[in-house]
Amino acid sequence: MPSPDPPAPTAAITLRGVTKEFGSGESRTRALRGVDLEVPYGELLMLIGPSGCGKTTLVSIVAGTLEPTAGTVHSLGHDLTAMANGRKVRFRRENVGFIFQATNLLPALSAVENTAVPLLIAGWRRQQALEVAAAMLAQLGLEDRLTSLPNELSGGQQQRVTIARALVHEPRLLVCDEPTSALDAENGRITMELIRAIAVQPDRAVVVVTHDPRAYPFADRIATMEDGRIESVKVPTDQS
Amino acid sequence: MLIGNRGKYLGIIFGVVFAALLIAQQSSIFCGLMSLTVSQIRDVEGPAIWVMDENVQFVDDIKPLKDTELFRVKGVPGVDWAVRFYKGIARARLEEGSYEQMILLGLDDATLIGAPQDVVLGSIAALRTPDAVIIDEAGYGRIWPNEPFRLGRVFEMNDRRAVIVGITKASRTFQSFPILYTRYSQAVRFAPPERKVLSFVLANPEPGLDPQRVCQRITTQTGLQALTRSQFIWQTIWYYLRKTGIPINFGITVLLGFIVGTAIAGQTFYLFTVENIRQFDALKAMGTGNGTILLMVLSQALNVGLIGYGVGVGLAAGFGWWSQTTTRLSFFMPWQVLGLTAIAVFVIVLVASVLSVRKVLVLDPAIVFRG
Repeated sequence: MPSPDPPAPTAAITLRGVTKEFGSGESRTRALRGVDLEVPYGELLMLIGPSGCGKTTLVSIVAGTLEPTAGTVHSLGHDLTAMANGRKVRFRRENVGFIFQATNLLPALSAVENTAVPLLIAGWRRQQALEVAAAMLAQLGLEDRLTSLPNELSGGQQQRVTIARALVHEPRLLVCDEPTSALDAENGRITMELIRAIAVQPDRAVVVVTHDPRAYPFADRIATMEDGRIESVKVPTDQS
Repeated sequence: MLIGNRGKYLGIIFGVVFAALLIAQQSSIFCGLMSLTVSQIRDVEGPAIWVMDENVQFVDDIKPLKDTELFRVKGVPGVDWAVRFYKGIARARLEEGSYEQMILLGLDDATLIGAPQDVVLGSIAALRTPDAVIIDEAGYGRIWPNEPFRLGRVFEMNDRRAVIVGITKASRTFQSFPILYTRYSQAVRFAPPERKVLSFVLANPEPGLDPQRVCQRITTQTGLQALTRSQFIWQTIWYYLRKTGIPINFGITVLLGFIVGTAIAGQTFYLFTVENIRQFDALKAMGTGNGTILLMVLSQALNVGLIGYGVGVGLAAGFGWWSQTTTRLSFFMPWQVLGLTAIAVFVIVLVASVLSVRKVLVLDPAIVFRG
């Protein structure tokens, strides 16, 4: 008897009993110890906690770049733990946008070309990809820097190009790793405002890893991690 | 990505240029030397078949035949015509009293088949006059440097008088001795006395017959070695390849160019990959497959390969042009050299890029999140 279609997911991300171990034998390290977490659509969840608490490991698993040792990960209705590597690459290409701590822009490509990378990876025609990328950069106030190379842009402008690159293919999941850590207060605020304004949509979810308390007010919820576990999940307050 | 790093980009191109230049230049000099070994076969136009003693291994390996062999060859069905051809080394005593080694070629008295085609001064017909010889212009310049061409110069070979009645262009030979053309009957008098003097029988098949088949018939019927012009050329080249150190010497240099080019390009490519590992990793995290990354790196490798090849081969050709006009270095760049160099360059950039990209292909995309 064929199995019925899975019910429409209510959460963009669901993690159940996720553990992750690195190494083996005496050198084995447990980075995650049975993490349960849900991120609903339309939410910006922030992961905070001290260095080494497992934030990066957790966000890597959520993004589909790392396999958990145990537990299940459902992302946007897909069971990532049951997904073959090739399909996972495709899943990331189609559904996930990334903002990295270091911008990781390709130095030889202009702002608009860097922004168009996800579309080109997805097989778009170059001209069409560049047009969409230019529109995205214009939305972020960089319409006059389309042809600038990364080293001709300020730190804040580079981060805006990274945001444009992360969102140009309209991913349903945006994963940000310390998006404000390399920026001054003003550019950090602008970056978070842009992420909040553009990425947070009813059919999308955003997960942000940060150490920067200035970013906390932009979260819908803040999950605090400690020693591979989620200690608490709270709604931010003005004092947070 | 690579083009964005000008230093590395130029570094890899330099490596490929170096390799392409060395491979193309050394191969061309090698081909030039090889072409010298067969220049005398190429210069003899007309006959499609060379008949010789069965033990002859190359064009300068003369094992004289009896004069009667000419008639045996003529008697083979399918042979349209056959003539005698003398080839040997003679020692000339010049007017000044000095001696000079010369390559002596004796042409059939009646037909003068094998005569030079490009006479600079005098005429082929003058060879029919007594004691007449025609000398190649390079040889003339070697014996009488900086002197204008002059007919009527006299010298002696085997105590017999020889008179220059013509000066001709001729391809340079491996020994680089002056070349003298004369009638067969005259040549055997200029040469040291021997019981047998016929060096080769030059022949042509009847119209419409395959020269190779006629060669087989000649061999079967006479026991002599009969080769088409092309077979004789390759037999001579193979002799030099097998029996001399020339290919090893040039091969080592070509190999060196290949290794150094691979090392430079490989190392620079590797450094470039390592320096851009985070960018590659970001691409992998964003959903770029290994195939696409491989394609990216290979297309960049192809780009530097094409530029390096073009510049390297261009420089080698320029060197060849310069050496032809100002030195006596033999240089011959056939399309095969260009093909060989292209293959070598392709292998260099392929090896360099694949070795460096290996690191990226096994890269864990999760690393991009780890500081």
